[in-house]
Amino acid sequence: MEFAELIKTPRADNVVLHRPFHPAVEGTLCLTGHHLIFSSRRQDNAEELWLLHSNIDSIEKRFVGSLGTIVIKCKDLRIIQLDIPGMEECLNIASSIEALSTLDSVTLMYPFFYRPMFEVLEDGWSSFLLEQEFELLSSVTNEWRLSCVNKEFSVCPSYPPVVIVPKSVDDEALRKVAVFRHGGRFPVLSYYHKKNGMAMMRSSQPLTGTNGRRCKEDEKLINATLRSGRRGFVIDTRPLAVAQQARAKGGGFEQEVHYPQWRRIHKFIERFNILQESFIKLVEACNDQSHNMDRWLSKLEASNWLTHIKELLTAACLAAQCIDREGASVLVHGSEGTDSTLQVTSLAQIILDPRCRTIRGFEALVVREWLQAGHPFQQRCAQSAYSNSKQKWEAPVFLLFLECVWQIHRQFPCSFEFNEQFLIMLFEHAYASQFGTFLGNNEYERAKLKLPQKTMSLWSWVNRPEELSRFQNPLYEANSLVIWPSVAPQSLQLWEGVFLRWNRPSKFLEEAEEERINIIKYNKELQAKVNALRRQLAEMETDEEVQEE
Amino acid sequence: QVEQVKLLDRFSTSNKSLTGTLYLTATHLLFIDSSQRETWILHHHIAAVEKLPLTTSGCPLVIQCKNFRIVHFVVPRERDCHDIYNSLLQLSRTAKYEELYAFSYNPKQNESEQVKGWQLIDLAEEYKRMGVPNDYWQLSDANRDYKICETYPRELYVPRTASKPIIVGSSKFRSKGRFPVLSYYHKNKEAAICRCSQPLSGFSARCLEDEHMLQAISKANPSNRYMYVMDTRPKLNAMANRAAGKGYENEDNYSNIRFQFVGIENIHVMRSSLQKLLEVSGTRGLSVNDFLSGLENSGWLRHVKAVLDAAVFLAKAIAVESASVLVHCSDGWDRTSQVCSLGALLLDSYYRTIKGFMVLIEKDWISFGHKFSDRCCQLDGDPKEISPVFTQFLESVWNLTEQFPQAFEYNEAFLLQIHEHVHSCQFGNFLGNCQKEREELKLKEKTYSLWPFLLAEQKKYQNPLYNPDFSPELTLLEPNTVSFNFKFWRNMYHQFDRSMHPRQSMFSLIMNTSEQNKQLEEDIKELEAKIKQRNGQSDVVLVKEQEQTAHPAPVALKSPPCFQKEQPPMPVNDAVRTIEGSNTADNRYSELVSEFSKAEPAVVSLEYGVARMTC
Repeated sequence: MEFAELIKTPRADNVVLHRPFHPAVEGTLCLTGHHLIFSSRRQDNAEELWLLHSNIDSIEKRFVGSLGTIVIKCKDLRIIQLDIPGMEECLNIASSIEALSTLDSVTLMYPFFYRPMFEVLEDGWSSFLLEQEFELLSSVTNEWRLSCVNKEFSVCPSYPPVVIVPKSVDDEALRKVAVFRHGGRFPVLSYYHKKNGMAMMRSSQPLTGTNGRRCKEDEKLINATLRSGRRGFVIDTRPLAVAQQARAKGGGFEQEVHYPQWRRIHKFIERFNILQESFIKLVEACNDQSHNMDRWLSKLEASNWLTHIKELLTAACLAAQCIDREGASVLVHGSEGTDSTLQVTSLAQIILDPRCRTIRGFEALVVREWLQAGHPFQQRCAQSAYSNSKQKWEAPVFLLFLECVWQIHRQFPCSFEFNEQFLIMLFEHAYASQFGTFLGNNEYERAKLKLPQKTMSLWSWVNRPEELSRFQNPLYEANSLVIWPSVAPQSLQLWEGVFLRWNRPSKFLEEAEEERINIIKYNKELQAKVNALRRQLAEMETDEEVQEE
Repeated sequence: QVEQVKLLDRFSTSNKSLTGTLYLTATHLLFIDSSQRETWILHHHIAAVEKLPLTTSGCPLVIQCKNFRIVHFVVPRERDCHDIYNSLLQLSRTAKYEELYAFSYNPKQNESEQVKGWQLIDLAEEYKRMGVPNDYWQLSDANRDYKICETYPRELYVPRTASKPIIVGSSKFRSKGRFPVLSYYHKNKEAAICRCSQPLSGFSARCLEDEHMLQAISKANPSNRYMYVMDTRPKLNAMANRAAGKGYENEDNYSNIRFQFVGIENIHVMRSSLQKLLEVSGTRGLSVNDFLSGLENSGWLRHVKAVLDAAVFLAKAIAVESASVLVHCSDGWDRTSQVCSLGALLLDSYYRTIKGFMVLIEKDWISFGHKFSDRCCQLDGDPKEISPVFTQFLESVWNLTEQFPQAFEYNEAFLLQIHEHVHSCQFGNFLGNCQKEREELKLKEKTYSLWPFLLAEQKKYQNPLYNPDFSPELTLLEPNTVSFNFKFWRNMYHQFDRSMHPRQSMFSLIMNTSEQNKQLEEDIKELEAKIKQRNGQSDVVLVKEQEQTAHPAPVALKSPPCFQKEQPPMPVNDAVRTIEGSNTADNRYSELVSEFSKAEPAVVSLEYGVARMTC
């Protein structure tokens, strides 16, 4: 297919662009296969706006006489308005945008066409291999092994080719366990707590069904993570009733009789469409400036968004607490083990593991616990808060995770190497990107699409020193402790950087942030200078002493 | 003195507690726990004491303070508890001003320091700074002996054309004699903020002198003959007042006025609103939705927004239209003080400095007779007179500091400290209800002024991000008052609930760094001088001295001998990078595991687990 077929009017002049808190600008609008480009070439104020079609969540058009207006709502929650003279042009442009922003073939997406303008210093596709992770692990324990049982993606299509499992369990047993777990997602290592040797595993639900089927290998596999005489915790992210109902459909949960050493805790985390609705409601509330206080607060409440945040943080803290405070191993799962499970395991690691609070460590966490672990990004992030499609697989699962990280970041502003911008950047790229990183639903699909060969990795770009400097937190000082956030409602805040980003002037806040950075930078300069002067003085003193002698 | 008393954490659901000894002094309640940490509570800060039913571990005693601290003691013996309860009831209720802490508080200042302290804020000087007296405004001696209005200060500024008979006539037509006077003069726009109380208009009464008075105000503004009259009450309330012979200005009777209601609720609504807010925020195991709906139902943020909206309206009338504005409510000492002072704060960057803010409070709140004594319940009085009007003002200012982080010289700690002392009765400033009463109490001789103490430790109150060039003098600060900009002020209402605050404070880190920068700059100067000296003469004698001074310069920001025994709400000299109290026990998910790890049988504890998890 040629994009040109979809573009009937590639260019329109005298278009007026409206954005909140910016004066309207007149300029030229161009459509290309992947971008909407607006440029105003007035001498005093040349401006260009490049918008990826894939970033467009929905568009609306309306007419007043022959002047057409298109309102474009983006996945990063921005809303812009274009006034286009000429009814035909406007209709053409609107239909082109609609078509180009909803291409159904992945291989037509921009990452397959994007040619980077920067030199690749390090190929991000091979920056975070599980083998490296395992090497680190083997330096502290030999209880685990790397298994290639899923090399051909035949045992579990949503798992990566290699996984880390207890050493005592062989591949044959893994195959049997895979049959016993939903989607073949057998328990694998998610995190190893060096401090006390406790492990966090994740999987999908066991397929016990109504007749209480059991699987000796499964029991053996998860028991292998327990110290003798100690108990472990299974954190099930469904309420007990839902877990019980799941048995009727062949699913189920670990029953005490077969897993006597495990205590099951049901910590409910909301799923899919409920989350998507919550997201849509919250954005609606934030976008309406006319709300009076009562209406704003009740809308904020009705969205339930912060409730989801609190529940998620609580579950993650619980998992972390089992490991760090109770000295117990943990197995986390819900139904499929691709959403709430990953939210809990990755957030628990943010709390427990200082490495995950560094830029590189966080990237590794996203790769390991989200991309390789088979979170279906393409489905979940197909549409954002302005979507009308209401497909049941769309859900802001990853955004919720990022926001929870942000909430912890707010409470421990010195413990993270990255800043808020880094999290916002990941949110944007998960929904629309020139990079191939978040395409596909799992490693299998990515391999089939040959993404590593055909597209650029987000990490190749982010990890260049020029880019990294934008994402660094000047307050960062490595903190080796476990960080326990407060989950009281009074301690949680709306993530303004995402939800109010386009709805209020932020100049003063940005300037203040800059000033904060300046104070820190200046401090470092001064300290360096003081040290240099002290050294100089000390040298002069010793010189004198030498002279005297 | 009672031993073996337990102090419970207000929000923890586990029964973890600190055990220690409780002491009762003449002015404070003191609790020293086993690790020698001290908790001081001033008797005047106690708003309510409550004895809960006896439990197995003892007799619980809950103390609520005016600075929103709530402490929960468990006293082992009921008799002791009863004694403490009775003593606290007596000690926290003072019948006479002379028994307040301020009259016994002795900060070791000599007499001349005391006098100088009181002279620190000079309102005559302040009016001069604004540009009055001038061709249009003059100092009136009409109230020199408090004859016209008891609750106004002696010195009042009025339009030159307002003669004494007009003043007298107008004051008779205004509730409590509070006739229109100057509150703030904007010298660039030549426009004024004036304040008064409601007119005694009833349904039809008129007063020519009062009409003249308003005309004089509008004529005193050469740039715009029209003036606004802002009634800060909801229209319905104002109309209801007409039945009692009070009311509001009839636009037909006054020339050149534009009348406007702005709808801020009265003191009773505000009191119960805050009460509701505190009930919600004090709930254990609060869910997000209960919190948000409680926040909504309390109406508190709506009221704060209404106050700020009114101030924005006022400031714009002056800055944009150059129109003078007359502000009143019923008596003109609550809502009027809020709106006038916030309006001036938006208009004039001087009030965004530490000294300027003190001046603003002295002028619009203290001198114009905001009834601090009644509103803060300094003496045992009518509980219906209590209202968080001033707290609301501070919260509005805090909201502005959040939106304009570089516009204010002072920080949040400054606002909290002022709030602390409005209720502490430790200094004379806020005692009494009006200037006349303060003079009769001889406060300037018998007590000390708060301001010099705050200035002496102003390092703690400086905003490290402050940029004096942020807004040139007399440019309007234009806050965005869309609802989502207003947030729950956690540091005020949960100031003492440490587990709710960020474990690492960005604010104090920046404070310390900026302070350290100053120190380092000095070190550099010193070192450079030494090197220079050394280059000039190779004098060996100096070596020793250097060894002493050249040791690394840590930020030894030990707070100066604190004038209050309490640790400041946000200790500046905290080791900010360490994580205070970061343990699960502080947070509410903690109990879950620790509890069911004790329970043994798997089947039973499963259900138990489920039940616990859903809460």
